[in-house]
Amino acid sequence: MSQVRHLIEPEDFTLEELMQLVDTGLSIFENPSQYRKVCDGKIMASLFFEPSTRTKLSFDSAMMRLGGQVLGFSDANTSSTAKGESLADTIKVVNDYSDLIVMRHPKEGAPKLATHFATIPVINGGDGGHQHPTQTLTDLITIKRFKGRLDNMKIGFCGDLKFGRTVHSLIRTLARFGNKEFYLISPDELTLPVSLKRQLEKQGVKLIEVRYLEDVVEELDMLYMTRIQKERFFNEEDYVRLKNTYILNRDKIRTAKEDLIILHPLPRVNEIAIEVDTDPRAAYFEQSKMGVYVRMALICKLLEVGPYARG
Amino acid sequence: MLEVKGIQNGIVIDHIKAGNGLKIFNKLLSEHMDTPVVLLMNVDSKALGKKDIIKLADVFDIDLDILGLIDHNITVNVVRDSKITDKRKANIPEEVTGLFNCINPRCITNSDAYAVPKFKLYEMNGTAEYICSYCEEITKYRL
Repeated sequence: MSQVRHLIEPEDFTLEELMQLVDTGLSIFENPSQYRKVCDGKIMASLFFEPSTRTKLSFDSAMMRLGGQVLGFSDANTSSTAKGESLADTIKVVNDYSDLIVMRHPKEGAPKLATHFATIPVINGGDGGHQHPTQTLTDLITIKRFKGRLDNMKIGFCGDLKFGRTVHSLIRTLARFGNKEFYLISPDELTLPVSLKRQLEKQGVKLIEVRYLEDVVEELDMLYMTRIQKERFFNEEDYVRLKNTYILNRDKIRTAKEDLIILHPLPRVNEIAIEVDTDPRAAYFEQSKMGVYVRMALICKLLEVGPYARG
Repeated sequence: MLEVKGIQNGIVIDHIKAGNGLKIFNKLLSEHMDTPVVLLMNVDSKALGKKDIIKLADVFDIDLDILGLIDHNITVNVVRDSKITDKRKANIPEEVTGLFNCINPRCITNSDAYAVPKFKLYEMNGTAEYICSYCEEITKYRL
């Protein structure tokens, strides 16, 4: 294998590489049986130091659908971390047991640290409130499938924009694709981090912050909802006060465009009423499904197999 | 007027903003304490109004990066045989490793000994602002 590539943040890949991953993911979606043996004999380590359903299971499913095998843990308490083992030592050991590492960690920057001790590809499956690049790939493949493009859209992000790592990764990537105007719909307490706002504004991105979805919903081509996450709050009182603030229901999208797509990284608690699920604009379960195909493409790329085989 | 003799061999850290001299002395110079050290405070300065100066005898090496972080007006004169043989300016470093901590409590550098805090210069808004290479939080260095 040539120089080892990692995916720690979306900027690790060029726009061309991201587009190619999306297109490869769509090809796999159309014809998955062609790819069922491309990872035969390969092992993916799935190291989840923090709980996850979709990311872990979709990665496991992706590897299994490619004919590879999976080992790992889904709770730091069942690993040697509970005995006080450092992340560096865990990575050094797992590096020899597998061909690829997917990890989620509560500390921001932990996957980047892991790359210093790994000689195999490392994929960031979410690090604290920082980044979630494979959710971004999932979002991109869904947008491409339903909108046919990744640029020239009016995009709204709603909910927890402060701790919502999926938002941080996606907004940066959509800005790279040339989207230069975003509506940020959140309570004062959960606005986009200042450091990220400054980075985006430095690139000429216009951020329009509003408090109520109804004020902007008519404008949007895409609405990205997020969960107000309990584990990101320091106290229960703030969580309880804010969790019901931004609930999407049929009434709120009455005036929205017919070709709007509504995305959500899931899990949802109550921020999207279940009555919205049957609306043709609701794409979040399809989004979750597409995550498997784009992760299959990513695994192929990092392991240089199947459509990414060299020579 | 208070007079302090020049040093024969060593370095003079000059143009320190008044008030920062003692902080630099406390933070950086404990390792040099076995050699003669003079700290001058509130000395008249044409450029700064008042300034602090530190003179270190028989010392020729000092970390210009950390001096630049503290105050980029600082100059360092190297003195040999009572003559200034070299003048250096403290530059604001483009990259900083291990000199200060990330302000983000969730950053891996605040909880893992392997993760040495590493920053890149982000912007100069009066004081230098650095972006964390791990979590991307923006941190200002404060003495």
